[in-house]
Amino acid sequence: MTKDWKPRIVAFFCNWCTYTAADLAGVSRLKYASNVRVIRLMCSGRVDPQFILEALTHGADGVLIGGCHPFDCHYVEGNYKMLRRFQLLKRLLADMGIEDQRVRLEWISAAEGDKVKRVINDLTQQIQALGPLGFPSKVADWDREMTELEHHVTATAAGVCACGESEMAAAKPEVAHV
Amino acid sequence: MSKPKLGIYWCASCGGCEETVVDLAEDILGVVEKVDIVLWPVAMDFKYEDLRAMEDKSLFATLLNGAIRSTEQEEMAHLLRRKSQYLIAYGSCAVTGGIPGLANQFPREQILKYVYEETPSTVNEKKIRPQLKFEESGREVHLPGLWNVVRSLDQVVDVDFYVPGCPPTPNITREAVNALLSGKLPPKGSVLCPDKALCDECARKDSKPTNVAFVEFKRPHQQLLDPAKCFLAQGVVCMGPATRSGCGAQCTSGNMPCTGCFGGTSRVRDQGAKILSSLCANIEAKDEAGINKALEGIPDPVGTFYRYGLAKSLLRRRVDLPA
Repeated sequence: MTKDWKPRIVAFFCNWCTYTAADLAGVSRLKYASNVRVIRLMCSGRVDPQFILEALTHGADGVLIGGCHPFDCHYVEGNYKMLRRFQLLKRLLADMGIEDQRVRLEWISAAEGDKVKRVINDLTQQIQALGPLGFPSKVADWDREMTELEHHVTATAAGVCACGESEMAAAKPEVAHV
Repeated sequence: MSKPKLGIYWCASCGGCEETVVDLAEDILGVVEKVDIVLWPVAMDFKYEDLRAMEDKSLFATLLNGAIRSTEQEEMAHLLRRKSQYLIAYGSCAVTGGIPGLANQFPREQILKYVYEETPSTVNEKKIRPQLKFEESGREVHLPGLWNVVRSLDQVVDVDFYVPGCPPTPNITREAVNALLSGKLPPKGSVLCPDKALCDECARKDSKPTNVAFVEFKRPHQQLLDPAKCFLAQGVVCMGPATRSGCGAQCTSGNMPCTGCFGGTSRVRDQGAKILSSLCANIEAKDEAGINKALEGIPDPVGTFYRYGLAKSLLRRRVDLPA
């Protein structure tokens, strides 16, 4: 991977707490890593696990979710829903080979601008150390095994295919079962 | 005028989809009356060369079941795509990768090693594995190669329509064939099935509580199941809320929870993430320890939520496996 690679992190922040805290960090002129792309949602309970998977599989190296502290949810239950989903999603991601540190859930109240800074810097550092997740390029690597054969099949499509079995087999990539 | 030509082909599949065609019983006569089956390796003798010699698009439709995992399957998928006006992904494996798609959690080497050397019933002291080429008395024999990745049909070739199910039921098969023959077809890429969740046609629907509040999750063999009560209310993982209807709720009528073989509805991008979202949100506990305690009842989230759909899910394959 290139030397100048920088982590790309997608953050889902709750409108009532973490997003407001990020605003506070801004007006307080706190400096934090610029690797985070913040998406404002009305509640951490709105974070569909599909969003997290979508981010990771479309090139994000990490995902941060910010919600209200327990007992503080504007909608009473949303942060608990997120926590419950997060607990199982972490296990699912681990089973699929994605490191634990790439996805993080933090409770950050509207007054904790400082925590926004701390968490973002810390997560950026952690992911910098892990290196890129690079999901799209991995998929491209996986699919390379098909390309050669596909070219061959398209090539033979030109004529009214008179090629025999042996010709077909000869053009196949060697995939030894060893 | 000659009848439209129909092909039925299988790739990485178990044969259950073929069984559905047989399950059409006497209705198959109605199908055979309207079409000529020109390719059906499981039931009749046809040669690939004959298929290759046919003109492009000369098959009216091909029902292709099974995931794509080997060079031969991929080659046949391309060939059938070229020869068919309509290519239909038939059954869960072709639609979303199916059970074979679960192999995307493991490296190819581990699978081959287990199958050819380590299963309890295997005796293979010389550790012999099938080779791609073998020569005997001047003749060369070839075997297909195994890819690293299991794929759904549409990850390999363009697909016109989808008929899901493990296997698809005779009813939706009949309706799909009739729709094809009558030309009354939905837009390309449609799933030839209703677009509602399974709960909609489940007889237990009325017993589904508004607030499920899971305290624990149990697997079907761990308790006696109430034959009339919603599985979720019994603390049993049921994929119904995240699964497309159309099967007639056969599993839940047979007192088994839905395992999700029809895939998600058109509004769902990732069936596993959706059911995870729904089940977890309804856990009663609010603290980590309590939540994790409840979740102990789901020991294998990937195998449970992506039983039929891992290859076509967002994550597709364990990310740290070799290409």
